[in-house]
Amino acid sequence: MARIVIDPVTRIEGHLRIEVEVNDHKVTDAWSSGTMFRGIELILRGRDPREAWIWAQRICGVCTTVHALASVRAVENALSVEIPENARIIRNVIAASQNVQDHIIHFYHLHALDWVDVISALKADPAKTAQLAQSISDWPKSSAVYFKAVQDRVKTLADSRQLSLFGSGDWGHPAYKLPPEANLLAVAHYIEALKLQREFIRIQAVLGGKNPHPQTYLMGGMATTMDGSEPDAVINPERITLLNELVANAQEFVRQVYLPDVLAIAGFYPEWFQYGAGIGNYMTYGDYSGDTTMSESGFFFPRGIVLGRDLATVLALDPNNVTEYVTRSWYEYPDGDQAAKHPAQGVTNPKYSGPKPPYEFLKTNEKYSWLKAPRYNGKPMEVGPLARTLVAYASGNGNVMRIVNSTLAKLKLPASALFSTLGRVAARALEADIMVSRLSDWVAQLDDNMAHGNVRLHNGDKWNPNSWPKSAQGFGFHEAPRGSLGHWVEIEDKKIVNYQVVAPSTWNAGPRDAQQQRGPYEAALLDTPIADPERPLEVLRTVHSFDPCLACAVHVVQANGAAHNKRH
Amino acid sequence: MTHQPLFTPSSAGELMSPMDRSVLELCRSHGISRRRFLEFCAAVTTTLALPSSYAQIVATALSQKKKPVLVWLEFQDCAGNTESMLRTSHPTVEDLVLESFSWEYHETIMAAYGKAAESALQRVVREEKGKYIVVVEGAIPTADGGVYCTIGGRTALDIAQEVCGSAAVIIAVGACAWDGGLVRSGPNPTGALGLQGAVPGLHVVNLPGCPHNSANTAAVLVHYLTFGEMPALDPLNRPLFAYGHLIHDQCERRAHYDAGRFIEEWDDEGARKGWCLYKMGCKGPEANLNCPTVQWNGSTSWPVKAGHGCIACASPRFWDTKSPFYERLPHPAGFGVDVTVSEIGWTVVGAVAVATAAHGVTSIIRDRRASETKTDESREKTGPKEGK
Repeated sequence: MARIVIDPVTRIEGHLRIEVEVNDHKVTDAWSSGTMFRGIELILRGRDPREAWIWAQRICGVCTTVHALASVRAVENALSVEIPENARIIRNVIAASQNVQDHIIHFYHLHALDWVDVISALKADPAKTAQLAQSISDWPKSSAVYFKAVQDRVKTLADSRQLSLFGSGDWGHPAYKLPPEANLLAVAHYIEALKLQREFIRIQAVLGGKNPHPQTYLMGGMATTMDGSEPDAVINPERITLLNELVANAQEFVRQVYLPDVLAIAGFYPEWFQYGAGIGNYMTYGDYSGDTTMSESGFFFPRGIVLGRDLATVLALDPNNVTEYVTRSWYEYPDGDQAAKHPAQGVTNPKYSGPKPPYEFLKTNEKYSWLKAPRYNGKPMEVGPLARTLVAYASGNGNVMRIVNSTLAKLKLPASALFSTLGRVAARALEADIMVSRLSDWVAQLDDNMAHGNVRLHNGDKWNPNSWPKSAQGFGFHEAPRGSLGHWVEIEDKKIVNYQVVAPSTWNAGPRDAQQQRGPYEAALLDTPIADPERPLEVLRTVHSFDPCLACAVHVVQANGAAHNKRH
Repeated sequence: MTHQPLFTPSSAGELMSPMDRSVLELCRSHGISRRRFLEFCAAVTTTLALPSSYAQIVATALSQKKKPVLVWLEFQDCAGNTESMLRTSHPTVEDLVLESFSWEYHETIMAAYGKAAESALQRVVREEKGKYIVVVEGAIPTADGGVYCTIGGRTALDIAQEVCGSAAVIIAVGACAWDGGLVRSGPNPTGALGLQGAVPGLHVVNLPGCPHNSANTAAVLVHYLTFGEMPALDPLNRPLFAYGHLIHDQCERRAHYDAGRFIEEWDDEGARKGWCLYKMGCKGPEANLNCPTVQWNGSTSWPVKAGHGCIACASPRFWDTKSPFYERLPHPAGFGVDVTVSEIGWTVVGAVAVATAAHGVTSIIRDRRASETKTDESREKTGPKEGK
């Protein structure tokens, strides 16, 4: 029996450590640990709720904007503020552009190198790569000359012995299965995706001033202004044209590059549609509202839960059933660590009890992570693109069913293949396709509203804090690229007294709970084959398939529970 | 030739003057396409205000056989500075990380993981001692023995001391690595500090902002590549070309401020006409950065242009000193252009160009400018003066 440690887990956001037990070339147990803590919710206490989103946004710079959105929604929910239609549309455009952007970056820059051997690309015949490219897509950049140029670029790197970011990769590992031609194709698109992400995200600069951390949300709407006849309005006909161009470019990339690449690469790794399923419970809050009240019925992604891989039933979801355990996390509850607490009632002290650094192994039979363990009705849940896809699929959502069924047909796989490592990868790509189409609809809607003189973007009824009740509580949520995100806020005397975040990666990367139930990463790693324990590439495949974001995942409620003690 | 240009031939090549022919040949012999060469020139000339005749020096720098090694450390971060770096367009991120530098450690995007990643970092510290560049992102927790951030079982502080201690150049990107940023703001639960606070005695070049604007950071890296040293710095060790003047003095809405045209309520008529955001809490009059000129994401926009006030994210301890962000600055700024600041502002622009270009006289001008910039800096701390 061998204990293998991966720390740092790279090509993710944040600081994640994975420890696994390997027996007979198979993972027999796993522990997922977040090794960084900042305490942003503590810092939020005492602040003006109207600016909470500016602070909360800094929870993460990779999933930038998603915490801003959930935060502003939480405060609006607490103070019963309804936002104008245009503000809802702009928020959808920003969020959907984030979704597409994140999915593209995840696949090419964070995940692809688990499947793609960069050095093998040197052995490719560029003419055959061109044939391969043309057989899976009609993207114009597919000539032998083009691929030869990319290959030369990689060769220059390799010859210089300064491989830069590609240095010390697992090149030549027996788990790599792509032929050299497919590797060259993927490396070319790695570089293309770097260009695409830089261009596409200008959408958020137009609407939010910059990315990362766009800066135009307001409680009650957006600071972005629109006016068809004002050249200095933020959104005018010229800017709409730019938005349309950026969306069209991304749509082309998703349809002609990203999606075909995912299917082509997946085709060489059919066994990875069997590994990595994990707990098999899937949850989504639902999102992308069709009206300004955030009512569940208008969601583009439906809300619900699929339990135990049963696609015949979608269970209703009530955010009140969300709780968090700290039994195996470096925190303590004053009334004992065995019971879970709802985020709105959370009372937590950070209390490190792990090994003194520098250390070799965590005490995995005690507390071992800065992440808490969120549960829904006591059960661990996987969240993210696969969860959204499965809930929509099981709910009979037409858009999702069509694209999922046609993809499964292409890959000659049953729906159960979705419960897997590559199922997550495929669901993410399909979702990018769906979202990029919705983006063009929303931009068109904005354009139409502007043409009809509907330019309202902010509801200032509650801007003045004197109009607020003495105390208020709110819940804001968002289906972020990585999954279900919830912010809970409590306001008293115009100030934040309690703030709590349960982020997607808290759900997925969290540790065990009081019942010793593993978190989704930990469960998904069981039975992973390991060809070479010195280079556990296969572990990364499954961990990366979740698209970890650890900065999001680690948080704390309040140091001493003063606000609650005062009331109780 | 080992490298084909990735770009299709463009008319950009025609911009090349005859005097640059040797430069072009030099580039070609080292596998740099014309287009990419011109992108470097553009970066240097527009952001650093270098004259185009310095192209020769840029090209020579690019012809080095061995690329300078760069490692990027992430501590208590949100990776927003990494993401910002990924968005850089001049030079492009793919050129920076694949061609210009040997980017050997950067957790968010490197191929290696676990032990191989740790070994890659150790190799640089051991074999490139005194020669490599280290970029630091995120704050460093110092409370409770540093348990609030460990990588590979080691504390952030331990890693920072070792890796920064042996580097040739140390760059802190973003507010957190500079002065602890949001992580350090009250009540600072983890005892977080910026790099220069956590590891005293280092000479750190600071590129604050939340996040840093990678257009500036890329320009600093190109400057280093070209001249082998950092550009002129202000007393807070921020590059003057980027942090030398107030947002307020460069702002495209400044004329509205001077004329007394203010947004009074969100989404009012003034907001749609692009009037001044001062009354909505804009901190531009107390903030130093070049957002209005360089802008963000390929010069697409910046927050004030997009309708929201500046939060002074490159100012010292801005989370604690500039929030509440929607409250009007306590010292009412006067009407009319402030003569002192505008004089300093534009003198500095000229001086940066001269100083950076005329390598030999850099220090003279740097000294002079440092005294001038103190005026800007004191405004940044105390807010704008009363108007005339």
